Amino acid sequence: MTNQNLIKYIYGIADNALILGQRISELCGHGPTLETDIAMTNIALDLLGQTRSYYQYIAELSKEDITEDDVAFLRKEREYLNVLLVEQPNTDFAHVITRQYFFDEFHFRFLEQLQESQNVNLQAIAKKSIKEVAYHRQFSRDWVKRLGDGTEVSHEKIQLAVSNLWPYTNELFMTTNDDVAAINSNHGIDVSGLKNDYFNQVAEVLNEATLKIPDLDFFQKGGKKGIHTEHMGFILSDLQYMQRTYPNMKW
Amino acid sequence: MKKNWPLWEVFVRSKNGLEHRHFGSLHAADADMALKNARDVYTRRSEGVSIWVVESKNIKASNPEHNGEMFEPAADKAYRHPTFYDLPDDVEHM
Amino acid sequence: MSQNEIKDLEKIFEEKIARDERIEPKDWMPEKYRKTHIRQISQHAHSEIVGMLPEGNWITRAPSLRRKVALLAKVQDEAGHGLYLYSACETLGISREELYEQLHTGKAKYSSIFNYPTLTWADIGAIGWLVDGAAIINQVPLCNTSFGPYARAMVRVCKEESFHQRQGYEIMLTLCNGTEEQKEMAQDALNRWWWPSLMMFGPTDEESTHTEQSMKWKLKRKTNDELRQQFIDQTVPQADILGLTIPDEDLKFNNDTGHYEFGEINWDEFWQVVKGHGMCNKERISARKNAWDNGEWVRDAAVAYAEKNSEKEIQQAI
Repeated sequence: MTNQNLIKYIYGIADNALILGQRISELCGHGPTLETDIAMTNIALDLLGQTRSYYQYIAELSKEDITEDDVAFLRKEREYLNVLLVEQPNTDFAHVITRQYFFDEFHFRFLEQLQESQNVNLQAIAKKSIKEVAYHRQFSRDWVKRLGDGTEVSHEKIQLAVSNLWPYTNELFMTTNDDVAAINSNHGIDVSGLKNDYFNQVAEVLNEATLKIPDLDFFQKGGKKGIHTEHMGFILSDLQYMQRTYPNMKW
Repeated sequence: MKKNWPLWEVFVRSKNGLEHRHFGSLHAADADMALKNARDVYTRRSEGVSIWVVESKNIKASNPEHNGEMFEPAADKAYRHPTFYDLPDDVEHM
Repeated sequence: MSQNEIKDLEKIFEEKIARDERIEPKDWMPEKYRKTHIRQISQHAHSEIVGMLPEGNWITRAPSLRRKVALLAKVQDEAGHGLYLYSACETLGISREELYEQLHTGKAKYSSIFNYPTLTWADIGAIGWLVDGAAIINQVPLCNTSFGPYARAMVRVCKEESFHQRQGYEIMLTLCNGTEEQKEMAQDALNRWWWPSLMMFGPTDEESTHTEQSMKWKLKRKTNDELRQQFIDQTVPQADILGLTIPDEDLKFNNDTGHYEFGEINWDEFWQVVKGHGMCNKERISARKNAWDNGEWVRDAAVAYAEKNSEKEIQQAI
């Protein structure tokens, strides 16, 4: 595994946390209750904290003199390797929760394994993050059930969200060449091995929430290779606005 | 439908060895959510290691109008306090 | 209750306040005391949650990750403070929903400063430094106000808010130590936020209608003008450290009084914004209203789910 392989492997992990954190941040001040607003913001803060740990490590690995912010703000769209799921918009609270839940079930399993990584940095980040993510998963699971088995209106809305976001789940379990290099050197973990357990668990929760699993045999992919949805450019134009408009300044 | 979430009272133990103390209130649809909301609202700065929540309507409170008969009778029972008893100064450890 | 009985209760009540005893929700209180407190506490709560919006604008555009998490945590704190204050208000027998209703229909007021737009990143610095600075001066005395739940909420708010102003000042400091362009950005923000910050202390003592009664109930310990003066006296030296110029040609230190003298505040502008003609009044209220209205089905779902589950639990118990 080259240094470059490892860096790109970590992008693949960290960019998910950054983009999802950024997405949830958009909602701060607009939640359905103050309590929910505060809870969602805690999730965003956890994710952004994780992002920083990964990016600081990338900055260390990099041969150039760069910081976490260079990593976060100064790449081109194609260089962000997050999955498409996390860039999907905050259409409504049902979409927000479903996106979160689909990601959390994956994220938890992923970190569980990453704790066993031979890479001590990744191992340490995983150990710290998994407690946060265990809470996220409990939060989003609870809400999937509330909305699914709540009122007719909420059921309909979250069923729609499940249908809309389902095509983005499969990408979570795909591996890139950099992933393979990281896996072979025992730094990374093989996400394809998490797939069955993931879908079984999701099915169980959706079932309990009285929701139907979409009958689909096509899935969207691309984010892991840098090919994103139309949303990504808008996310980055917000995210990068200051750094692009005023280059080379300290903030 | 327009149903509002009921009010809950939140009690937090700051660290083991201390009692749960009333921290404030919040709204939640059920007890589970109340606990989680309490965690997110009242322990963001590591203020707690244990949380109790109770729906506000389940608390029976004394009525301040009855404070006379409730609390004043205790005021003149000075013999319940150690200072009521006169001892010479050279008696130690008491 | 007869007029005489009420007179007696009022007398006991006033004596309690004079002795610096706290009033608790179930204690007898004059109707005017209750109403004034609902008005002031809810106004304060509304200010917290409307105040989330101008700063919330910049969360997604914050220039560094460190700034992003700090700002996010700060705006989240404001939600928390709103929550503490609404809870304090609810002990007076009014629900959060009713209070929201008052906000959404324009019946209730909130701090006018949040009707000004946040146009640059430096505005986030200026708000933390000036607006939170002014808020702290207003709020610290309230930790000793006569109504127990309000005082307790304020203790928590003040404790948490101590990082807010430092956060803002640090942003300003970084800008002022940065490039010429950054320093200009900081000066521009100060120019736009200085006067509205002074207006945060409310009309002059001569114009202020609530001061006398509020002083008696310890809702206020100092007058608007005294607090404003305190703010100016402590802020001007902070601007000097930044190397920024306060946008007031009449500002000068008076050696005899030990205070800064300052220019005329544009009260016309103040009243115009209060009346709803600020740049962002409509956006702010509609953002709050949308959040609440769009959240209705979510709140309903949670209640419906809770009801179903408690039924299930009962059935299992049987």
